[in-house]
Order: sequence, then structure tokens, then C-alpha cells
Amino acid sequence: MHIPDGYLSPSTCATLYAGSVAGWYAALKRLKRSLLSRLVPLISVFAAFAFVVMMFNLPLPGGTTGHPVGVTVAAIVLGPSGAILAISIALAIQALFFGDGGITTLGANCFNMAIVGSLVAYASYRLIAAGAAIASKRRIAAAAVAGYLAINASAFVAAIELGIQPLLFHDAAGTPLYAPYPLSIALPAIMIGHLSFAGLAEAVISAGLVAYLEVADPKLLRKTSGITVGGEERLGAAQLTSAFPRRLWLAVALLMLVTPVGILATGKAWSEWSPVEFAANGSKAQVAAAATMSTATIPVGMQRLASLWTAPFPAYAPAFVKSAAFGYLLSAMFGVGFVLAVCLLAQHCLDRRRSAGHSL
Amino acid sequence: MNHRGFVAPTMMGFAQALSRPLMSEEIARRRGLLQALDPRVRVVGLLALVLADTFSRRLSIVLGLCALAVVIAVLSKVSIGTLAKRVWLIVLVFTGVIALPAIFVTPGDRMATLAGGSLHITRQGLTAAALLIARVETAVTFTTLLILCTPWAHVLKALHSFGLPNELTAMLAMTHRYVFLLVEAAGQMLESRQSRRVGRLTAGEERRLAARTVGVLLSKSIELSNDVYLAMQSRGFEGEVRVLSDFSMQPLDYAGLFAFLAASVAAVWIGR
Repeated sequence: MHIPDGYLSPSTCATLYAGSVAGWYAALKRLKRSLLSRLVPLISVFAAFAFVVMMFNLPLPGGTTGHPVGVTVAAIVLGPSGAILAISIALAIQALFFGDGGITTLGANCFNMAIVGSLVAYASYRLIAAGAAIASKRRIAAAAVAGYLAINASAFVAAIELGIQPLLFHDAAGTPLYAPYPLSIALPAIMIGHLSFAGLAEAVISAGLVAYLEVADPKLLRKTSGITVGGEERLGAAQLTSAFPRRLWLAVALLMLVTPVGILATGKAWSEWSPVEFAANGSKAQVAAAATMSTATIPVGMQRLASLWTAPFPAYAPAFVKSAAFGYLLSAMFGVGFVLAVCLLAQHCLDRRRSAGHSL
Repeated sequence: MNHRGFVAPTMMGFAQALSRPLMSEEIARRRGLLQALDPRVRVVGLLALVLADTFSRRLSIVLGLCALAVVIAVLSKVSIGTLAKRVWLIVLVFTGVIALPAIFVTPGDRMATLAGGSLHITRQGLTAAALLIARVETAVTFTTLLILCTPWAHVLKALHSFGLPNELTAMLAMTHRYVFLLVEAAGQMLESRQSRRVGRLTAGEERRLAARTVGVLLSKSIELSNDVYLAMQSRGFEGEVRVLSDFSMQPLDYAGLFAFLAASVAAVWIGR
């Protein structure tokens, strides 16, 4: 997954460097607030640890081997900000000192593995292990799933970056100037290897490590466990609600308010056509041009499946609302409310199951 | 079934990692072109050439840059055999495997037909594969020349003088140092386990062994970071990192910088 120099165009490299710089800045700022001078040796040694972990060739089912990235372990022990910095530094050392991964593509590699990998690993681990005791087997399973998902999410992003190259960067004769395969080839080619082997390597090492730490050094699992340090007391739902950052609520509210801006955009997003929109001249011309066809007709499958489900708020505009902007706002409120309701219901079910477990 | 297990290949990887800096230090001490230049000129110049290689859209220009890399290597007393073994062969195998199918799957003007008409070699596919391989070979050669001819501490000082934040410079320096310490510790753990082993481990047992080894390594790393932090505090560290920068540019450095930048700009301009 370490993309070498020459596979990505300069503009892709620049864009992903910008994305990575934003991630590093946010991570550094967040860590500085909490760790101050403790930051430097901790991240440095952990980056060195991640570097060494990447050198382990693990035997995998099927007789093959694969090497982990260590991003999941970093996210579980340090949290996402620490993991982003530690893995980025390990990748920088690999590129600058060992020539593994390019220098122009360092931003892309850090974005894929350090930023996307850390965030996916952390979110999935926290979600699956939510409320589990430190020594729980659920934490081991959560680490395995988080590792598998993190590596595959990173690989997926890398595959998209490589797959868009021939589409965007080719000469007048159609010769691809960088990675030569379109998404239809790049995605399966990269994902098959990661879904079958590389993801397993990360899952095995993450699960094994959490199992080891549960016995040998459980305090290392506390930082991201959601469990208070004093006792094994978990934050209750009410405490969680009050601890939920107020600024995040404000951001959600602000985003809901600006949703009607979407009305200003003209045209239809690529591949989101309904059969009626597909039949419109503009869309047909777009499809015909992209598929090098003389004309585009409505696919039979699309026409057949389109009537299978009718959305209650089609096109974010409930039938009983006359104003399009208010329809957007209402849809945003409904969507956010629905997600919150599902989360609260899941929380309620988990709490009930836990209290039933305690009373036994 | 993989009969070599994980211990032997992993230990071999560790040994290779430990041997690399020794080789780099030996080459960096030689009296050659790159070694004679200020480290900042080396960093800027070679990175500019890597960028020019990425920007160039013409195969002839990329091949010209590759030839320039060979000339710089020879003048810097870097053996062509070392480059062939460390860079060219590895990149050729790795990128070649990736680039080869492009010859057949890239749509374009047909040049030849194989396998009874089911496979077509296209001009565009051939050019794309050659361009990719040449570009990657050239970029990795320039990067390797930088690594081989410049001690890591000088690379970091140079990056710091270009505005890399102090914290990041310190972290990169410390990480580099502790990579070798931890590689050595992990190697010793595996070696001691290997020396006490009778018979062959199953794949499952090897996975458990790997997880335990990594677990112990993690505990050691955290312990080490605590020790380092205490040592830093005992020396008066208060969160402010200072890096000494004692480089000074000589006329030869300015000439080198001009030559690197002129070659890069020319390559981008002609190869656009």
C-alpha cells in the first residue's frame, strides 16, 4: 500500500499533502493540549514501534504471509491523534531513510494509512468495544475487526487515488501518464489482496496484541476504553450526553441550516439519476460521452428496480412542503433525529443487557 | 504451507535494516560530488529532480533524468552495482508486474495481436507501461542517492532549516534512533525464542508468538518513552526543542544548487 513516486500526478500528490497537513495540524494541536512536553518521546518511540511492527512477516491462513501496519494498535493505545502522528512519522522514516514509499507520494501514503486508517480503526474499535470491560473478549474481537476495516479502508482510498489517474491525466493520444489502470481494474486488483490477506495480518496482530495487553499491561488499553481510571465504572448514558461536546452540537445545527445551499447546484450528480432523469437529453449525452456510445438508453434493470421502494421524502422534498429550502432543512432534521434515535435505542438496549448481566 | 515460518524471514529483515545505515554512513564519508555539497543543496536539488521527474510527461525526458541520476551516482562514488541491486532490480520487478498488464488493457492503436486475437498490444499501453517504470526507477534512484550520500542527522538539519517544526524534527530524529534500538530488541527476542525451540511451530503458534513478541515490544516501547521523558526532564527539557544548524553555503554549493534547479526546470519545461 506504500505508493512509490511516479504513480500519482503532481496535483493528486499536492491535494493529498494538503489533506495530510490538515490532519497533522489537528492531531498536533489536540495532542499539545493534552500531553504538552510528554508528546515528543511518546510519539517518537511509538513511531519506532510501528516501524518495527511493519517488519513482522505474519503467517496467514492459506500458507501465505503478510505484514501489519500497526495503525490499529497505535489508535487503540494512543488514540486517533497520537496514531496519526506516530504512523506518519514511521512512514516518513520509511520513505526518507529506507526508500519505501515515495517522497512526492508521502502525503498520499500518510493520508491513506495514518489518517484514514487511524480514524477508521479508532471509530470501529470504540463502537464495537463500547461498554466492554478491559479484560473482555469483545475488545479482542473489536481490535480484530478494527484492524481489518482500517487496512481495507486505507486500501480502498489508495485504489481510488490510483484508479482516477488514467481518467484525469492522459496525453492527447489517450496514453495514461501515471498509474495506468482505471477504477474498474484498480479497485478489484487492490481490494482482493487486502480483503483476503493484508487485512487479516492487521486483524491478527491487533487482536493478539489486545489479548496480550489485557493480561500483561491492561492500563495501556484504558485511554481509549471509555472507562474511568478510578474504578471499572463506565460513563453512564446521562454523563455521556452531558459530556458530548457542545461545539459538535452547534456544528451539526449549522450544517443542517446550510443544507438548502444544495439547491443552488444545477444538474444531477453522476450516477444518481432516476429513470426519468436518465431519459433527459443532458444526462443521456453525458453517459454516451463517458461510455463512448453513440446513444444511451435507460437500462432495463434500472427501470425494473426503480419502483421497488418509494422514499417518504423523495429528493429531500416531502410532498406536503411547498418550499424547497424548508424541505431540505426538514429532511436534514429528520435524518439527524433518526440517527440519534437509533443510537439512543442501541444505547438503551446495551444498558438493559448490562444491568441484566450484573443482576445475575 | 510456508515452511520457513515467520521467525527466520523477520529476523532477516531486521538484519538488513540494521546493515543499511552502516552502508549509508560509509558512502556518505566518500569524497564525491554530492558529498561535497551542502546538505541543504542536496535535499533541495534532488527533491527538485524528483518533482521534475513526476511533472515530465515525455518518456525521453524521464529517461534523460534517469541518465542524469546515473551520472550523479558515478560522480558521487556510489557503485552502479549497489544501485542496480538496491533500486533498479527491485523497482523493475515490483513496478514491472504492475505495469505489464497495461500493455494489453489500455485502449488505443493496436501494434500486435497475441493469443489468437484475444490479446492486443497497444501503442498507448506500451508507452504508459514504459513511462511508469522509467519514472519510478528515476525517482527512487534520486531518493536513494540522497539517502546514501547524506547522513540522517544532516537531512533532518536541512529539513529543519527549511521550516520543519522543531517538534517534528525532534520526533523524526528520536524515532530514527529508537527504530534501531527496537529492531535490535525484537531481533534478540526472536533469537532467544528460536534458540530454545525444538521442532517446528504450527502457523497458529507462530501467530501467537508474533503477537506476544509485539506485545512485549510495545510494553518495552512505552517504558522506554517514559525513561526518555524522565531523562529529558532531568536535563531541563520544558517542551521547547532546539536544533543546532551550522551549515554554511560556499560558491560550489550555489553552483550545485543552480545546476540542480536549472536541470529540473528544463526537464519540466521540455517534458510538459
